[in-house]
Amino acid sequence: MQTPFLLQFINLLAALLLLIAFAMLTQRRILSLINLFALQGAVLSLSTFVVAFSTSQHHLYYSAGLTLLLKVLLLPWLLHRLIRKLNVRWDVETLINIPTTMLVGISLVIFSFNLAAPIAQLSEGLTRGLIGIALASVLLSLLMMLTRRKAVSQVVAFLSLENGLFFAATSATQGMPLVVELGIALDVLVATFIFGIFFFQIRETFDSLDIAHMEKLKDD
Amino acid sequence: MIDLQLLALLLAPLLGGALLAVFGSRKWAAELNSLMSFFTFAASVILTMRVIDSGPQVAFHEQFFIDQFNVFLVALTAFVAFTTSLFSRPYMRIEQHHGKLTTGMLHLYYSMYQMFTFAMLVALTTNNMGIVWVAMEAATLTTVLLVSLYRTPASLEAAWKYFILCGVGIALALFGTILLYFAAERVLGEGGTALLWTHLNEVKGELEPTVLKLAFVFLLVGYGTKVGLVPLHSWLPDAHAEGPTPVSAVLSGLLLNVALCAVVRSKVLVDGSLGTHFAGYLMMGFGLLSVVVASFSLFRQKDIKRMFAYSSIEHMGLITFALGMGGPVATFAGMLHMTVHSLTKSAIFFAVGHAVQKSGTQVMENIRGMLQVSPTVGWGLAIGTFAILGMPPFGVFASEFLIITTAMHEYPWTTPFLLIALGVAFAAIFGKIQPVVFGETTAKRLPHSPALIPVFVHLLLVLMLGLYMPPYLADWYRQAAALLG
Repeated sequence: MQTPFLLQFINLLAALLLLIAFAMLTQRRILSLINLFALQGAVLSLSTFVVAFSTSQHHLYYSAGLTLLLKVLLLPWLLHRLIRKLNVRWDVETLINIPTTMLVGISLVIFSFNLAAPIAQLSEGLTRGLIGIALASVLLSLLMMLTRRKAVSQVVAFLSLENGLFFAATSATQGMPLVVELGIALDVLVATFIFGIFFFQIRETFDSLDIAHMEKLKDD
Repeated sequence: MIDLQLLALLLAPLLGGALLAVFGSRKWAAELNSLMSFFTFAASVILTMRVIDSGPQVAFHEQFFIDQFNVFLVALTAFVAFTTSLFSRPYMRIEQHHGKLTTGMLHLYYSMYQMFTFAMLVALTTNNMGIVWVAMEAATLTTVLLVSLYRTPASLEAAWKYFILCGVGIALALFGTILLYFAAERVLGEGGTALLWTHLNEVKGELEPTVLKLAFVFLLVGYGTKVGLVPLHSWLPDAHAEGPTPVSAVLSGLLLNVALCAVVRSKVLVDGSLGTHFAGYLMMGFGLLSVVVASFSLFRQKDIKRMFAYSSIEHMGLITFALGMGGPVATFAGMLHMTVHSLTKSAIFFAVGHAVQKSGTQVMENIRGMLQVSPTVGWGLAIGTFAILGMPPFGVFASEFLIITTAMHEYPWTTPFLLIALGVAFAAIFGKIQPVVFGETTAKRLPHSPALIPVFVHLLLVLMLGLYMPPYLADWYRQAAALLG
């Protein structure tokens, strides 16, 4: 049913996804970060489409279309609009210790491949090894959330985390039931709107989108 | 028929949310909020009687599932949501009078309050593990803007932390759900039924154990963030302290329970598949850690709402521990503790809310002599504190007693930890609340009279559960405990 070509193509896309996750981890300019996020969405949508084609699961075509619409067009557009309105379009974030972050990232990838190894044994053909990559990109996005100090880049990390999860859902398990996927997409969309509201509230209150200002609440 | 009853339960808060989104700025919005909450509560009572009469049921093409376990949480959720709406009516008016809230903020509050109830009820009643996730995320989304309702720097920080931490946590839970689906798909085939809990429960013995083990770790960490288990709890005290008090009451009394329900559902599947006690041990470990860490943190608290937030972490830890232990007695005790904790903690938050309004601060050193200012607030706070600390004859004593005696019997090494933690919690909370209730006062009068009937209704119920448990209620809890194994 599936040709080795398609199999290789999906593996290529998965590798691309991981590479983009690494690129996001070290990208300092907010504008480029958002573009990378859009690119990640495009790869995700394409890989979903290929999985749909090779397994002839029709509902995956809808998922691919939904991803294209939401993660490549709508969310990046919203984010672009937001950073233009907030005037942080050309902001550059100072990231400390990029080499260390990269090394931690690499060990996270090794860790997730190890963790996913017994599961990869179970799955046949197409999806083998993909769950490890999905887990790795989820953990890389988590790492990115920890290392960032700007509200906008934390949100991009959050959305990219969701991309990793979506990749796990579509490629490794060939799609969750459509009603669940729609629900998840709705939640992500609403979350992005709320994040947008938050940006303005934070800026109004703290005069900056730096969350270093927001470390006042302590237990004493 | 069951379809109709369930529809009424879910439609009441959804319709309430829509109506209040339109009319939330009107003068009678608070009354409408209470009315819709009352409808939800009435629907939950009808549904509960139905389930007690005729056992577990599925509805809407098996997309929803109700058994004795979740219907008890549905009834509790609807009840506390109703009483909290009664409390919030005068409370929010006083806040508005003090200039802390505008009409626009109240509009948002009323509409989101109903949507939050809706999200929790969906999370409780759905049969689909994927929809559980969607509803839990929706519950976060509806409350995050309520936590930052006052728009102060501290409340924005708390809301941001809540959003990010719970967002990450719940993302991990989604990964766990995907793994669960991955395992289920191989047994149940692709498509709609592979995420339905009832179907999973039937074939749990055939599910791949290695995958389920990993899935449970993710599910526990993910939903555990929402339960407030240590070390994933750091959002909880901030969100409870900085949000409006009615929101603290429903977060503490209800949302934590709903998240724990999701954990318990997963535990039943995973332990069934593994044939061991793996999931139970994990829950016991996290629970015990939460009880110990939270009770020692109580000493350091200066903010009254923050202190009771830590007390919630302690109690959720205790419930997680009890449900992790499993067995008929411990599960029974865990569910009883869920009930009495929700009732008592929301009652305490109601009393604390008015105490804070009267003294204009949340710092305990500056809240003094509540008994002089308003005997009802003072006694509410005093009795609530006694109840939550597990004093007999309140219901908390009964459930804690059952949990500890079972632990002594099954896992004796855990008892010293539990006893020391409860002792420390007693010393910390009692020592701090005693001067708040007694002592010399500095507080002022309020423009509207506070609503304290909910406080005493809750405390009376807790007292009743401690003194005498009606046989049908005990039966119901026993049936629910049997379902969870």
